[in-house]
Amino acid sequence: MQSLAKLLEAALFAASRPLTLEELASLDPTAGEPAVRAALAALRSAYSDEHGVELVEIAEGWQFLTRREYAETIERAQFALRPRRLSPAALETLAIIAYRQPVGRLEVDEIRGVDSGAVMDKLVERGLIEVVTRGEGLGRPLLYGTTPSFQEILGLKNLEDLPRLEELSVALRRPTPVDEPE
Amino acid sequence: MMTGPSTREQAGAGFVVELEKFSGPLDLLLHLIKEDEVDITDLPIAKIADQFLSVIAELGLNQAADYLEMAARLLRIKAQMLLPRRLGDDEWEDPRAELVRRLLEYQQIRELVDWLGQAADARAERFGRGYEAPPPDAPPAPLQIDLNDLLAAAERVIALIPEPMLHRVVPRPLDVEGATARIQALLAERETFGWHQAVGPQATLVDVLSTFIALLELAKRSALTLSQSEPFGPMVITRAISREAA
Repeated sequence: MQSLAKLLEAALFAASRPLTLEELASLDPTAGEPAVRAALAALRSAYSDEHGVELVEIAEGWQFLTRREYAETIERAQFALRPRRLSPAALETLAIIAYRQPVGRLEVDEIRGVDSGAVMDKLVERGLIEVVTRGEGLGRPLLYGTTPSFQEILGLKNLEDLPRLEELSVALRRPTPVDEPE
Repeated sequence: MMTGPSTREQAGAGFVVELEKFSGPLDLLLHLIKEDEVDITDLPIAKIADQFLSVIAELGLNQAADYLEMAARLLRIKAQMLLPRRLGDDEWEDPRAELVRRLLEYQQIRELVDWLGQAADARAERFGRGYEAPPPDAPPAPLQIDLNDLLAAAERVIALIPEPMLHRVVPRPLDVEGATARIQALLAERETFGWHQAVGPQATLVDVLSTFIALLELAKRSALTLSQSEPFGPMVITRAISREAA
């Protein structure tokens, strides 16, 4: 393995979160992004079969993760536990925010048909959504968007990894703007 | 109807439990539409409205504002269906249009929820480095209720409290004097007798206690002696000789 790939391997091993291409490239300023990409590809193929961990593209970065087939055994031994599942209400709220971001609380309430304040507070607390800006209009409402942690817990490479609305069986003509009583 | 026996049982416990079943009034509406296999874009509004009302009444959801609001909306659309407004020469306004739009939108969200749930499950099967145990459940968010809600909740809780079990304690004084008199009469009659003669036939607990105390008292005063041939053997009561001699 070339030395750049080894360096990336060490950095990815040391980090406990996905590292972005820019972060990895900063390890060796002389290398340049194309070389880092090539080294990542080499590293991924080196880990593709012969190892219990693999290099995964996730949350706009790269991370070593254990292979799925070992999840149950590792969990049974209690070396690591799967995170708790998100509630349907939390997933509904996340889905709306992921597709409509930046989006205000009123619009989420309107789409879900229930008050979503408590659910959104919890999602902020868990770091899955955050206030990204303020909207126009009365009171300049807080507008929310998803965080890198959101992509991480879903295993998304990036937000484009989400299914496109046209691919869903229930196709909407277009998201009609909701008139918020503001 | 999707209500099993367990739902009925829980209905009395308040609506909070039942809210878990549906994530909101739109979810419940979609459930009814799916169950009836009706066309969402040509909603039989009268039928759906009636079903919605009966389900929320049955589940105790009719106390939840979000569901009540939807119930009111459905009834308003039902009324508007009878008197539709004309938009143009050949066009009539469909009072259901807005609800149908919202239902379709919500249905799309539900489909995304399934996708997100599966993605999260798949991701959860891979562990990264630097694993940290999931934090314990966060404490519940502070309640936001007004005084009326609180009073109503208190009333419901109070109604659930069972009638307290009351025990009446009646003083039953021991009749030591009566027992003493009875034993002294027996002593005058015979030199020796047993416990059963002393306590008398069909003795109550009070009789037993009174007699026993009277015997101990008389033994202390040396009016009689108490003896047993073996531990836990029958008690023999004997007139005290010393006194007789004196």
